[in-house]
Amino acid sequence: MAESLIGVGVPRKEGRNKVTGKAQYIDDLHFEGMLYGVTVRSPAPRGRIKAIRFGKEIPWDEFTVVTAADIPGKNCIALIVDDQPCLAQSVVNHAEEPVLLLAHADKYLLEEARRAVEIEIEPLPAIFNIEDSLRGDLIIWGENNVFKQFRVSKGNVDAAWSEAALIVEGEYSTGAQEQLYIENNGMIAIAGPEQGVTVWGSMQCPYYIHKALKTVFGLPEEKIRVIQAETGGGFGGKEEYPSMIAAHAALLAWKAGKPVKLIYDRAEDMAATTKRHPSRTRHRTAVSRDGKLLAMEVDFVVDGGAYATLSSVVLSRGTIHAAGPYACPNVRILSRAVATNAPPHGAFRGFGAPQSIFALERHMDRAAAAVGLAPEEFRRRNFLRKGDTTATGQVIHEDVDMPGMLDQALRESDYHAKKERFARDNRGNAIKRGIGFASFFHGAGFTGSGERYLASIAGVEATSEGIVRVLASSTEIGQGTNTILTQIAAGTLGVPYESVEIVQPDTGNVPNSGPTVASRTCMVVGQLVESAALGLKETLAGAGLLKPSYTPEEFTRACAAYIAQHGPLRSYSQYQAPPGIFWDDEKYQGDAYGAFAWAVYVAEVNVDTLTCEARVTNFVAVQEVGRVVNPVLAAGQIEGGVAQGIGLALYENVVWQNGRMVNGQMTNYIIPTAVDIPPIKVVFEERPYAYGPMGAKGIGELPMDGPAPAIASAVENATGIRLNSVPATPETLMAALDNAYA
Amino acid sequence: MRAHIPSYEMVAPKTLEEALTRLAEGRGEWRIFAGGTDLMVLLEAGKLTHRRFLSVWRVQELRGITFAPQFVTLGSLTTYTDVLRHEMLRREFPLLAAAAAETGGVATQNRGTLGGNIVNASPAADSPPALLVYDAEVELTSARGSRWLPLREFHTGYKTTQLRADELLARIRLPRETAGFKPYYRKVGTRKAQAISKVCFAGLRNRATGEARIALGSVAPVPLRCLKTEAVVRQGGDAAAALAREIAPIDDMRSTAAYRLRVAQNLLKEFLDA
Amino acid sequence: MPKAAINITVNGAARSVSVWPMARLLDVIREELGLTGTKEGCGEGECGACAILLDGRLTNSCLVPALQADGAAITTIEGIARGEKLAPIQQAFLECGGAQCGICTPGMIMAAVSLLAENAKPSEAEIRNALAGNLCRCTGYMRIFEAVSRASRPEGPQR
Repeated sequence: MAESLIGVGVPRKEGRNKVTGKAQYIDDLHFEGMLYGVTVRSPAPRGRIKAIRFGKEIPWDEFTVVTAADIPGKNCIALIVDDQPCLAQSVVNHAEEPVLLLAHADKYLLEEARRAVEIEIEPLPAIFNIEDSLRGDLIIWGENNVFKQFRVSKGNVDAAWSEAALIVEGEYSTGAQEQLYIENNGMIAIAGPEQGVTVWGSMQCPYYIHKALKTVFGLPEEKIRVIQAETGGGFGGKEEYPSMIAAHAALLAWKAGKPVKLIYDRAEDMAATTKRHPSRTRHRTAVSRDGKLLAMEVDFVVDGGAYATLSSVVLSRGTIHAAGPYACPNVRILSRAVATNAPPHGAFRGFGAPQSIFALERHMDRAAAAVGLAPEEFRRRNFLRKGDTTATGQVIHEDVDMPGMLDQALRESDYHAKKERFARDNRGNAIKRGIGFASFFHGAGFTGSGERYLASIAGVEATSEGIVRVLASSTEIGQGTNTILTQIAAGTLGVPYESVEIVQPDTGNVPNSGPTVASRTCMVVGQLVESAALGLKETLAGAGLLKPSYTPEEFTRACAAYIAQHGPLRSYSQYQAPPGIFWDDEKYQGDAYGAFAWAVYVAEVNVDTLTCEARVTNFVAVQEVGRVVNPVLAAGQIEGGVAQGIGLALYENVVWQNGRMVNGQMTNYIIPTAVDIPPIKVVFEERPYAYGPMGAKGIGELPMDGPAPAIASAVENATGIRLNSVPATPETLMAALDNAYA
Repeated sequence: MRAHIPSYEMVAPKTLEEALTRLAEGRGEWRIFAGGTDLMVLLEAGKLTHRRFLSVWRVQELRGITFAPQFVTLGSLTTYTDVLRHEMLRREFPLLAAAAAETGGVATQNRGTLGGNIVNASPAADSPPALLVYDAEVELTSARGSRWLPLREFHTGYKTTQLRADELLARIRLPRETAGFKPYYRKVGTRKAQAISKVCFAGLRNRATGEARIALGSVAPVPLRCLKTEAVVRQGGDAAAALAREIAPIDDMRSTAAYRLRVAQNLLKEFLDA
Repeated sequence: MPKAAINITVNGAARSVSVWPMARLLDVIREELGLTGTKEGCGEGECGACAILLDGRLTNSCLVPALQADGAAITTIEGIARGEKLAPIQQAFLECGGAQCGICTPGMIMAAVSLLAENAKPSEAEIRNALAGNLCRCTGYMRIFEAVSRASRPEGPQR
């Protein structure tokens, strides 16, 4: 009975509200007397604010106007390093940096007013790319433009070069990518010295916002309350930036004494909020004659934009994934996150790993070719196996079988036969077909000591009607939090799916179960819910109210009896690291993650040599994510991640001009449509993980890692061109084809 | 929504006469508003500078597809969906159907009109290349009367046209001389649907007579009928070189001049080799 | 400029509202009529989140000036279920996992309703084409295709 709900594709918990249009997103909420807010932003990438001018013909006395001078607490968005101002005061460090806030009841007039504010900037020289930032001729952040640097060292790389039969070098890059959740960012705030600050909004991490608001307002934590509204997608894009929007809405509400709604339109959301970090990676790899990896040296750099925000942790994950699921005795990684005058880059599904894995997988293809092996055979000789150690020295204790998964993926995709057929058919054909793959892993949960520091708490409570309520700050953003936590709680307690409710994430009502990021909700928070539910069961059993085996009706009677005798029936659980986990923050060594998900993805493409348009025509995704809690939701996660990966590989090109995105419209920033996505075959190999709820691991980010390198490999197979960067737009492919044939 | 909506005016005449009277009296104050798929995008961005609009959406005289022996005549409010649902039109003018099918998604096809697509005068418009190779003519109507103009003379430069302040585009007429021509249409826009073209190529080829008609979008300030290239094709000369001289692609946020030129030449070759 | 009074039949009920002539029909639906199931994703007719049926035709309501809806009949996502009973297409979205974050779902369902009204048994290619104007960032579309396909089969959704 306990597990009857696990592995079942029960319908999404809040699904009915979503298919009927009843689900209430932030822009659907209306408060009496509410004003609308807008943000006035820097027109220049870097400079001093000389003047702010308010145009005539606007009744300014009707407006609430907020500048940095109105901030009651500290002018920063508290996160890791408190360097990002809430509102720019004297200098701006990126285009679209918030400078001034306006509120008014008439949103049309508000737009006139936004246009009538002129911010005069005395320009300062600026940096727009990684290489200029590293060169350091101009320093725009700290002492050397470097937000964070990591060094990972295993074995002795220097000693390995001389033994190597071959040394393979390569440089790879990835572009910025917009999360493009279909619901734009937005917040509503009510605030005042008496009642404190309450915000409702679209978000992933209520307690991040809670911390930021405490700092901006200088208020004690009980005076701040953050409530999640239904959230229309996040993908990392609603991890840190919502703190900024919440602070802005709250500052306006604080000054106006009225509720303020601050909703971004698409243009503002694209131009001002975070994107995936652009990256540049250099690889130098020593390989033996028989195709074994002897040494890997990796130089990984990400563009963090103008402020530190989350770049250090994005860099960390990218660094740890940079050597991938391969066993190599000698590894040296230098990684840096550097400053440029672009809007800060931030969290986006995969969090640095898609960038470093793209480079690695392209480089593994290159190394295979150099040593004269098929790419699959080269992988097979180097995969991590149980008992091997990763780049950080983490011993793999899981029963991982990458060679088996590779075989399965190649079989499912009919890889060998197709490769042969395409090579034959491509001759004399303007449409070139190709097939390629990528093999990779993705660590679930926070990196290193992260989960220990977070020390997340989740709980369950039961009512005398036998309704079980899950208490967690983990948010439903489309990925299925509500459903899987319900399945885990109901499954553990042996009660029907319908008897479990998810309490709306509200910092006033739920404990801090940590941010909704890092593929941690199912594995980490799910485990806390499981253990809290077990605690509740034990409480009832301990009180002599529940036998070891019981029916849902008996459970209800036990809850009612307990509550009548003892009062509220609640059980909480706090994170404890699985045994034997050790991480050294100084040396960057040890067990980076409690568990990894493992995968092999195969992509097939067509490249039309007349237009250089590449299309993915078929996709196979084989992965091991532990026990699958909900197969429908899990497959949906994989398919959605693959679609975003196809975008990263072929379509999604942020066009920059002076540090500003100039194609910030859905018309000009191209994501795949229903006719651009190929059939996607999803295969789960289930190996229950001992420390996950019912054996589950993390899943959300994994599918973002594999598509880009698999597709690039397929394009290379189709055309013969070396593809070292994404997005592979038709324009770049045409230039590459010209070079290849020249 | 960046526009100050209360400062925009719209009236919706029910008849053509009423619309033309307004236009005549307005002396350029009024602009015609059809399905809104272009103008509303400008409004959203706060970039719609004109303030007074005449909605002709309900003017029945501007709708309808009629076949006469020499011509098929399309009301300017003919939507892409109207084109796609008209069996005879699709059969006789497959390039127009191909253009309609590749314009936006279903919702855009339901609202976007051929007249609007022409008058909006975007070089990237999807239907003009097809209309141009069919030798389309447009009827410009005012209270003073009507005049017919070849479509290839209608666009005079980037976003400029022959339309006078008191005129509206009432009808489009296509000569029914498509027998013997083989159609070729390619819209290149990175993704398969909902794309703005980087290059759009419409061609008609008559093997028997050697005649080729060629028009391109997104490679010049206007949708371009390439008469010079056509002449070179007839004479058996270097068509690719002629095309390079005739078009003037640019770099913008969507693509590059070099890419557009190369693709235009590649498509020309495919068209001629077909 | 003065506001204009317009009459619209909304999900079968006659309504009269006072609007700025060029207000977006989307805003009229959400703010004047209080039907917030219709969503805004881009405001430029690219994503389809605001799709409704306007006189039976699938239409992006962000691109329609209110005055042009005078005298029209519109159907929004709120008009799809029959009381508490979900329409087959809604049931199929629920069962197949066609909705994730849910923000594109109302527009996606309207596009599916529009397709199925004209083509009771669409092929997968027809489904893809019919939904090409509705962007989804969560699902990769596979489960949406499955939902539309399931809703079109004679046995319909499973439950």
